[in-house]
Amino acid sequence: MTSDPGTTMDKLVERASAGSGARPLVYRQALATRITHWIWAISLFFLLLSGLQIFNAHPALYIGHQSGFEFDNAVLEIGARRAADGTPQGITRVLGAEFETTGILGLSGGDRLQVRAFPAWLTIPSFQDLATGRVVHFFFAWTLAITLLFWLGFSIWNGHLRRDLAPRGDDLHNLPREIADHARLRFHRRREYNTLQKFSYLMVLFVLFPLIVLTGLSMSPAFNSAAPWLVDLFGGRQTARTIHFLVMLLLVLFFVIHIVMVVAAGPINELRSIVTGWYRTDAPATDEKEA
Amino acid sequence: MSKIMVSRRRLITGAAVGSTALLAGCDAFDSVADRSSPLRGFLEATGNTLSYRIQRLLVGGHSMAQEFAESEIRQPMRPNGVTRPNDPVYLGLAAKDFTDYRLEVSGLVEKPASFSLAELMTMPSRTQITRHDCVEGWSCIAKWTGVPLAHLLDQAGVKPQARFVVFHCLDTIERSSSGDIKYYESIDLIDARHPQTILAYGMNGQRLPIENGAPLRVRVERQLGYKMAKYVRAIELVDHLSPIGLGKGGYWEDRGYEWYAGI
Repeated sequence: MTSDPGTTMDKLVERASAGSGARPLVYRQALATRITHWIWAISLFFLLLSGLQIFNAHPALYIGHQSGFEFDNAVLEIGARRAADGTPQGITRVLGAEFETTGILGLSGGDRLQVRAFPAWLTIPSFQDLATGRVVHFFFAWTLAITLLFWLGFSIWNGHLRRDLAPRGDDLHNLPREIADHARLRFHRRREYNTLQKFSYLMVLFVLFPLIVLTGLSMSPAFNSAAPWLVDLFGGRQTARTIHFLVMLLLVLFFVIHIVMVVAAGPINELRSIVTGWYRTDAPATDEKEA
Repeated sequence: MSKIMVSRRRLITGAAVGSTALLAGCDAFDSVADRSSPLRGFLEATGNTLSYRIQRLLVGGHSMAQEFAESEIRQPMRPNGVTRPNDPVYLGLAAKDFTDYRLEVSGLVEKPASFSLAELMTMPSRTQITRHDCVEGWSCIAKWTGVPLAHLLDQAGVKPQARFVVFHCLDTIERSSSGDIKYYESIDLIDARHPQTILAYGMNGQRLPIENGAPLRVRVERQLGYKMAKYVRAIELVDHLSPIGLGKGGYWEDRGYEWYAGI
């Protein structure tokens, strides 16, 4: 780690570009950024699959403080039933609308059909085991939260937040053209993040991560007693659980787009930058012409 | 144009590789379910200790669980676990409306004692409308009336070396080849002395129903439902949990659930 990463980075850029000519390698991702990225990637993988295991123990989501057994405040229910002809069906109810989801939700398992909300291949462990799901979930929940605090500290200290993530005046101005370029899978490889990258990373780091941590904590009865205002802010424990699930879906959506973008922009180069820190940028001349 | 084509091919390949990686997740991690695996031990010890220590640090002993208005009681309390014990002793007590029932207080106390239900009901009482959170994920709001556990502890005089309160129950939760297992649970003295920790004999303004744990059940409002033992027969003060059941402090704890269920 250096005391003034900006200056060092400029030197590194110079040195690297002297060798490779038109498309210079730049040092794009600091060690702290790379390490936290991969810890989160592993944590989110286990959090998702153990979270779906936990969800399977009571596969319904509600609005309010409590779960309606004698009244209906459910917004999502996944279950199974027998159709008129006796064949079992997986059923998913979302906001009153009913869908048959046999094979994936409610009833799954190929030849040996099982009644379970999410299928075996989406849960850890693959069989029903709430206790283990919770052990895995809480371990990686702590990992994610502690890593987020480390990341925030490092990113303020090494300038990552101010230099790379903070929106600038021209970000908004560039937005329409960037959307058009992304839609055509045309990418400009620069050391700087583009506006859409900044927006999505800031969303994940400052909205989705804090939200999923806080809604998770709002399901803890002990935490509720310490900060009742938080669970009330979310509209009750069951609403917090519903938001927790929705944020999970948004993180999955982010993951899918993130992977699509990495693959489309050049997976070797993108992976190198998040493993080694070094990123090959476009030739400066072309870049300027396009800008 | 060709660049776009290449990008699209990459996209499809990438999606295929990505989904294969996800599918491979199916049973690759099942070994973590093995209660004796060192990996599970590590994950459980780390997560559980962090949760317990940090929550005790932040929440402390005195924070109160939320209490709700009468209007929030919108449904009967959902029963869970054993709802109709068929143990002969229990059936005998229930047949006589629990008039022969006695709660034993024993272990590391100055004056071991036992109390009838009538005696418990003449002691100071507390009524609270609270939310019951099941480990499965659901919640239900109900009104509970009972005697504060702290009052019973003071009556019996807790010895200084006591650290936990163990609840021994009347109901058989599991019949195994090695004998019937009756439900058991334990909490630390911080939760035992918490003002909202009561031994409840009333629910929603009526006598506690059998399916919800009659004649007496525990309410530990800052923890999950499985800590709140039903059909309590005896409370025992102990200095460590290893002699209880399989040693983890409760029936579900001995089957892989966390002893500290504040989360």
